[in-house]
Amino acid sequence: MKQDLVPTVGLETHVQLNTQSKIWCACSTAFGCPPNTNVCPVCLGYPGALPVLNEEAIRKTVISGLLLECEINLRSKHDRKSYFYPDMPKNYQITQFDQPLCLGGGVDIEVDGVKKRIRLNRIHLEEDVGKNTHYDHGSGVDYNRAGTPLMEIVTEPDIASPEEAFAYLVALKQILSYGDVSGCNLEQGNMRCDVNSSVAPRGSDTLGVKTEIKNMNTFKGVRDALAHEIKRQIREVKGGGVIRQETRRWDDLAGQTASMRAKEYAHDYRYFPDPDLMPIVLTTEQVDAIRASLPELPAARRARYVSDLGLPEYDAGVLVADKAVADFFEATVDISGDAKTCSNFIMGELMRLLNEREVELVDTKLTPESLAGLVMLSNAKKVNNQGAKAIFEKIFDQGGDPEAIAQVEDLVVEAEDVIAPLIEQVIQEHSGPVADFKSGKAAALQFLVGQVMRLSRGKANPQAVSEELARKLGGK
Amino acid sequence: MSDLHLLTVTELVARLTSGACSSVDAVQALIARKQATDGELHAYISLDEADALAQAQVADARRAGGDSAPLLGVPVGVKDLINVKGQPCSCGSKLLRPYTSPYDATAVARLREAGAVLCGRLNMDEFGMGSSNENSSYGPAYNPWDTARVPGGSSGGSAAAVAAESAFVCLGSDTGGSIRQPASFCGCVGLKPSYGRISRFGLTAYASSLDQIGSLSKSVADAATMLQVMAGWDERDSTSLDLEVPDYAAAMQQDLTGLKLGFPQAFFVEGIDPDVADAVNAAVEHCRELGAEIIDVQMPHIKYAVAAYYVVATAEASTNLARFDGVRYGDRREGGNPEQLASCTRAAGFGMEVKRRIILGTYVLSSGYYDAYYLRAQKVRSLIRKDFEQAFAQCDAILSPVAPTAAYPQGAKLADPLQMYLGDICTVPVNLAGLCGLSVPCGFTSEDMPVGLQIIGPAMGEEMLFRVGHQYEQATDWHTRRPGIGGAA
Repeated sequence: MKQDLVPTVGLETHVQLNTQSKIWCACSTAFGCPPNTNVCPVCLGYPGALPVLNEEAIRKTVISGLLLECEINLRSKHDRKSYFYPDMPKNYQITQFDQPLCLGGGVDIEVDGVKKRIRLNRIHLEEDVGKNTHYDHGSGVDYNRAGTPLMEIVTEPDIASPEEAFAYLVALKQILSYGDVSGCNLEQGNMRCDVNSSVAPRGSDTLGVKTEIKNMNTFKGVRDALAHEIKRQIREVKGGGVIRQETRRWDDLAGQTASMRAKEYAHDYRYFPDPDLMPIVLTTEQVDAIRASLPELPAARRARYVSDLGLPEYDAGVLVADKAVADFFEATVDISGDAKTCSNFIMGELMRLLNEREVELVDTKLTPESLAGLVMLSNAKKVNNQGAKAIFEKIFDQGGDPEAIAQVEDLVVEAEDVIAPLIEQVIQEHSGPVADFKSGKAAALQFLVGQVMRLSRGKANPQAVSEELARKLGGK
Repeated sequence: MSDLHLLTVTELVARLTSGACSSVDAVQALIARKQATDGELHAYISLDEADALAQAQVADARRAGGDSAPLLGVPVGVKDLINVKGQPCSCGSKLLRPYTSPYDATAVARLREAGAVLCGRLNMDEFGMGSSNENSSYGPAYNPWDTARVPGGSSGGSAAAVAAESAFVCLGSDTGGSIRQPASFCGCVGLKPSYGRISRFGLTAYASSLDQIGSLSKSVADAATMLQVMAGWDERDSTSLDLEVPDYAAAMQQDLTGLKLGFPQAFFVEGIDPDVADAVNAAVEHCRELGAEIIDVQMPHIKYAVAAYYVVATAEASTNLARFDGVRYGDRREGGNPEQLASCTRAAGFGMEVKRRIILGTYVLSSGYYDAYYLRAQKVRSLIRKDFEQAFAQCDAILSPVAPTAAYPQGAKLADPLQMYLGDICTVPVNLAGLCGLSVPCGFTSEDMPVGLQIIGPAMGEEMLFRVGHQYEQATDWHTRRPGIGGAA
């Protein structure tokens, strides 16, 4: 039987909010502390302890909802979701069942030049659980993470390929970073994904039976797992088999998904409103106040860089991709007043070094002040390109004042009156190439410039030398 | 033997203030009295004498330093499900026997600040689930008026100790009558404050939307003193209310002239003990003589209260008790895997009634049954709340029996949980509606068992309870009668 099977994918993304304290208590949310050091009777589920909702967590969820164009529910509530697992201190998770904070919304993506909107179903606010570690002699539970505020962002089944899933996650991360609502650090598990997928004949009204791949913590993993899972489902269906509703696990090394547990008997979570918490009631004024404080989103920022700063579309796109980089760019422009040169340094030297060193901008010694200093030094033609690159690497690795570095490292180009005799000398000593240039061989000019550079021991500005030579030799 | 143990809190405070006795004297008297009575009563689960005496010494030193906190040096017993830092908090359960609390409940912290000596863990039905104190894993407590009978529950140990004067005053908790009913059965004063009046932080949850901490005391004045110290908003309990705490001692002094007291017949259920009915009717008459106007009010939905209560309470309990899995604390029973660890721990640790209520609560929340049970029970709850709202539009407080019967013999209802549940008919409506209620002694049955009068006030209307309760108490002598246990004076 021949049929064209197409996939339908939906993602549930758990995003840890970057609040200082946990969602129900004052314990720190810091990552990487010794096990069970950021805990108290509340987040350990001791008898008699009660949750009190962290208002910052509400605010950050509302910010996320507004940035993702959701409708903010002015009245929402928390519910208990019951199931037993040792990493969950109360053996119920406090989550939002039928009245989440945010409804609807969407994320715009572009794959292979095709633009598409992935609609969101909802965003709700819940608590993270602890972490189990299994040893030879038994298991340990670290509850430091238990009670970290967690947003669950649920899409509609609008995703049609692994590439779209990847693009959605990248765009989502970019927006959440812009909102400063999450560290968005994948290694630290700030964003974790459950992937639901099914296949059905093209044009079919009904969806196929879906499987869920749990707890993916890299975007690449989501893309690879999904690619594999869709292939598996298509192969299964074409071979006359059936897809079981089940939870699957992605094995990164083996490059395949494997069944974890059948979901045929749906778990009964026995949701009911948590009597320890009051409903969350927001006013239109409160939501409007948050809306007024929203940061500019990448798309708007990119448009502004093109229209106001006169940058090419490409530059603008690269600069806004990472909020930290874009913020840094703007701060540098504010000081130096030269957007294009700033952009060139960032897109060239900065990106290159970040890649080479495998670090983030915050890990470097670079400041807007130091880069602006370099931009001005370069614009004043006090250093040449090579010198500028050397200085950039210095202020990237060690920081410092570019002008001082130029002096110490002997990178300041010589004044015109030092260079002019050298140009004369080269013209005298290389009559052949001079003649070639005059007769129209443009390449000869590069040779002559090189000779001047050599005589100046690299301390001339090649562009200025080239212009002067051409003027003297009567070329263009 | 000193007779300090006979004092009310008010009287003890006066003596401590005047220097007539010390806190150490009071604690020693209490320990002696406990030794004389608790073999028969089993009101206490434990009492750390050395710790109590050490706290008393600190209180005496504070007083010597000029401190005059309202409860300075007064021993307060604590029902075993309220957390006191460094003390056990087993909740009457086998499962929590190894657990020592790492923190103070907010109510306890406020008592400490007021100078109280936190002294003794009182017996109770496991996790507050029971009306007879027969569901304690430590064995039952007994009624000081007749040790063949139950003291009521779940705060049975607290009530028995106060009645037998082996405690000056005790904390209890009331989810469906767990303070008022044992107070009635033992002949002492039991206060269940309005929902939100006292922080629940540190009170081991049975049913979160119904639980309140309250007191069992020898007088209405003592109940007012205790509430004054413990009441008020707490940032650690989202359901506590941020409202001014009135001056209860002042409110209590007003007489009953001009008050309208509702007296709904709905609480006189079929099968009510005629002796109980007579005592309550007489008390109501007495209030009329004291100047109150008695009016009839209709409460058409009271008859559904018990059913609604046992759905809501067990639903909440089934999740509240899920945390007791042996992973972090408690009497762990190893299993081959985490699931078995939890299941073995719970199977071994929970008693029969707790298991029954967890299963019931799990059932009513199950998919497909939720609407029929939990949601419907919540609707009944709204109707009962409305009944009270309409009643309080016509009257200042409501009078009723506390329970249809006086204390019954041990074992009488143990085999028939439904009969036991039906005994809660007069008290559960107050919890369902979030109101406050006070049980005050109002007479005895022909078998010489105490009977209580319930005074119900509107939410946050405890002044009215103390006013009616105190005026009635001052006009009668029921509260001065004490059981003959332990060679009482």
